[in-house]
Amino acid sequence: MRERLLQFHGRRGWLILAVAAAALIIVVPVLNSLPRSFPLAVPDYLIPLLGKFLCYGMMAIAMDLVWGYTGILSLGHAMFFALGGYGMGMYLMRRMAGEGVYRSNLPDFMVFLDWKTLPWYWHGFQNFWFAVAMLLLVPGVLAAVFGWFAFRSRIKGVYLSIVTQALTFAAMLLFFQNATGFGGNNGLTDFKHLLGRSLQSPSTKLALYIASAVALVLTYALCRFVVTSKLGRVLTAVRDAELKTRFCGYETTHYKVFVWTLSAMLCALAGALYVPQVGIINPSEMQPSNSIELAIWVAVGGRGTLIGPLLGALLLNGAKSYLTAAFPSAWLYVLGGIFVLVTLFLPRGVLGLLTAARKRKTTTPQQATEPERGVSVEPAPSTGKVPVTP
Amino acid sequence: MRSAPAPTVTRRFATGRSELAALAPLAALAAFVLVTGGGAGRPAFANTLEEAINGLASNSGEKISASVKALATLGDPRAIPALDALCDDRLRAGADGRAWIFDSHTHDLKDPVTGAMAPASARPAKEVELDNDIRRDAQPVLAQLQLGSSDKAVRLAAAEELSKAGSDDAALMLHKAYDKEQDKGVHEALALAVARLDIQSKDPATRLAAVQIIHKSGNDAMLGELQRLVSVGADGKPQEPDEKVRGEAKEALEAVMSRRKMVTAVGSVIYGVSLASVLLFAALGLAITFGLLGVINMAHGEMLMLGAYATYAVQTFFQNHLAGAFQYYLVAAVPVAFIVTFAVGVVLERVVIRHLYNRPLETLLATWGISLILIQTVRLIFGAQNVAVANPDWLAGGVELAHGLVLPYNRIGVVIFVVAVSAAVWALLYRTRLGLNVRAITQNRNMAACVGIPTKRLDAWMFGLGSGIAGLGGVALSQLGNVGPELGQSYIIDSFMVVVLGGVGRLAGAIVSALGLGIINKLIEPVAGAVMGKIVVLGFIILFIQRRPQGLFALKGRSEA
Repeated sequence: MRERLLQFHGRRGWLILAVAAAALIIVVPVLNSLPRSFPLAVPDYLIPLLGKFLCYGMMAIAMDLVWGYTGILSLGHAMFFALGGYGMGMYLMRRMAGEGVYRSNLPDFMVFLDWKTLPWYWHGFQNFWFAVAMLLLVPGVLAAVFGWFAFRSRIKGVYLSIVTQALTFAAMLLFFQNATGFGGNNGLTDFKHLLGRSLQSPSTKLALYIASAVALVLTYALCRFVVTSKLGRVLTAVRDAELKTRFCGYETTHYKVFVWTLSAMLCALAGALYVPQVGIINPSEMQPSNSIELAIWVAVGGRGTLIGPLLGALLLNGAKSYLTAAFPSAWLYVLGGIFVLVTLFLPRGVLGLLTAARKRKTTTPQQATEPERGVSVEPAPSTGKVPVTP
Repeated sequence: MRSAPAPTVTRRFATGRSELAALAPLAALAAFVLVTGGGAGRPAFANTLEEAINGLASNSGEKISASVKALATLGDPRAIPALDALCDDRLRAGADGRAWIFDSHTHDLKDPVTGAMAPASARPAKEVELDNDIRRDAQPVLAQLQLGSSDKAVRLAAAEELSKAGSDDAALMLHKAYDKEQDKGVHEALALAVARLDIQSKDPATRLAAVQIIHKSGNDAMLGELQRLVSVGADGKPQEPDEKVRGEAKEALEAVMSRRKMVTAVGSVIYGVSLASVLLFAALGLAITFGLLGVINMAHGEMLMLGAYATYAVQTFFQNHLAGAFQYYLVAAVPVAFIVTFAVGVVLERVVIRHLYNRPLETLLATWGISLILIQTVRLIFGAQNVAVANPDWLAGGVELAHGLVLPYNRIGVVIFVVAVSAAVWALLYRTRLGLNVRAITQNRNMAACVGIPTKRLDAWMFGLGSGIAGLGGVALSQLGNVGPELGQSYIIDSFMVVVLGGVGRLAGAIVSALGLGIINKLIEPVAGAVMGKIVVLGFIILFIQRRPQGLFALKGRSEA
């Protein structure tokens, strides 16, 4: 047991994890409750923003599980995120029955479309636990079915990326339609309360933030558990040399479907926590560009490390919030530039840069460059070399 | 025939444009005489025509109505421009009390009959004010006169207008014109116009004849009328008392419906082919770059966009500096768009993509970043709004294959263009030394390098070529719709599907799958809606890849390109 825990993280790793978790879950709420005049006080308006970033961070970790560790670049993960969000949105819509603009038991957009009865797939969503189960199960089953078909027929590399992108694109088109029954263009919005508490009150917002922080820490722990397990070693092997792994007797399809489904469900969870904090879910969350941005968060932070993508998500979203407000026309240049520069010069992300810098400090320059060369994050093109994982 | 002492009506119909032109000096003389205060010896017909036309510019509504009626009885086609101007609010009352036609482009005042410029004494001219009643009266009169026009299109439009008016006079005029019409197309249109009026007739035999005409033509414009004939009224009795007419109407209805279905299907195929052409432009380039370099270029859609904007820039240049040759701006736009996108492609390959070979997933991200930068740059230069690229006159309009089925020239042009470009690309790849080298690299890069093929240089060229073809696609796209910064984004996913389905690096595969996807897409659309069409196609592709992961036309070889 002790051995497994140390395998999970070294002693220092555990300490850092504990400190970071405490900072997210306890310190920020405490700072928020301080009076405004206090210099380090976190103002109320920042809480949902931070909560939103944490949800993005969860999504980035989930993405890293499939891309960084298993080598599957999904360009459709935003779909799973949005599906989770829609599940939560449906619960929120059902709970505010009778409080909408039209005072009807149906959600406002259905009244607007002159629908008389609830579509069958909306039934049961007034129950919170049913909604939570569904918002995890539906994306999970979808991911499993899609993954099964895709991985079984050995669709991989860029082909898989393109097909996943097409998948999220199709889903977006589907959700844009009014007839699909999820509010069309406008999506679901105007939520009132969650579990009987008003979504407007600061205490609910703080509670949602804490929930996101806890979920993030648990997501990290789960993913860390997976990647440090024997299963995780197989996933890395799939990434680096899938054919070899297969010939060693591992049914790689099963491993890929498993990690794919897990990642999709984590994304759905992130989406479910995201929606009550931003107050809206609409089909534009599914647009292909969102999924690609998600990939760049992971790339910026550093693939194949779980902390890196989290940092990347926080960093880029912080920059986005600031830049889109301060220099609206510059943001796309910055984002595009990051895409190009990171792929060209920082294949291992910011975290890779930091580790390299630290190594350079502790070792002589000749030694430092030596392991760099062997490390390949990308599956090596069947050259027969087995890349060394750090 | 014309020289025979035919009744005036025949003369009227026989009066062609050339004769009109021959009459112009005479009319100008008449106008001059009128303006200068007259004198004896002026022809009587000119007098009444001039008077009636000038009456149109009166400030009393009654006088205008009277003049319209006078023109109707005169039946002189020379009154058409004046009446047309009246209906379009282009008629002006000059300071000299005469009617003038105002040209909104040049701000000139012109004589309604001769088209001569107005003398200074005509200014200032004020607008003729008319109410809707007069407009309603004037329109059938205009149509009636236009029925005598020598221009087929004018006669057709006039027949349409008259059958809508539905008065007894109109019916009479239509019948007359119908009996006389020589042109087959116009004759048919007139027949329908007559039928539209006759179907309301009290005489069962007339109604029957009308239904038969509709049946024969299969035109769906009178679907509502047919449905009314076969339906049952509120009192439980059939709307149509006569059994025979009812039976005929039922048959006609079926004929019309089946024809309509066929027209929709043919229309879908045509639109599918033109969608396929655009997809093919994008997919040809992708097939080359993907097949040769193993690189996914997410900025490929932006090359379409750049090509379209290059066309827009050339158009603007022609508007400002070469207005005379504006009709040919498209010819100039083709090389410009190709060169611009070719250059952008080569620069991209040299600066970014070259460093990312063997890292396909990262190339995908980097090129996506490039696409963002390109979009934003275009947005800053040309603005975020869509810009309009006009069709030159020789691409505007279309051939009407059947009623309700127009084959627009711009779509025909795009299809011809894509066929030409595909042929050129095929010739380049399969009939030149360069193409041979490129195919060698596609099959086995290392081996090709070993025998001395300059792989690096060809990589850049071929990337440029792929981008250039997409740029040509942008020229085609600009002729089909609006041009906006996000134009390329909507095609990129579809064109990737084409490449995946067709098999990587296969020209024939790209062509067949582009055609297939385009047509399937448009065939499903009317049945299931555009969105379901897309989803069905996507599902089909995912299932298809299950069966044939290498695409339709798998490359036979041992390399894993």
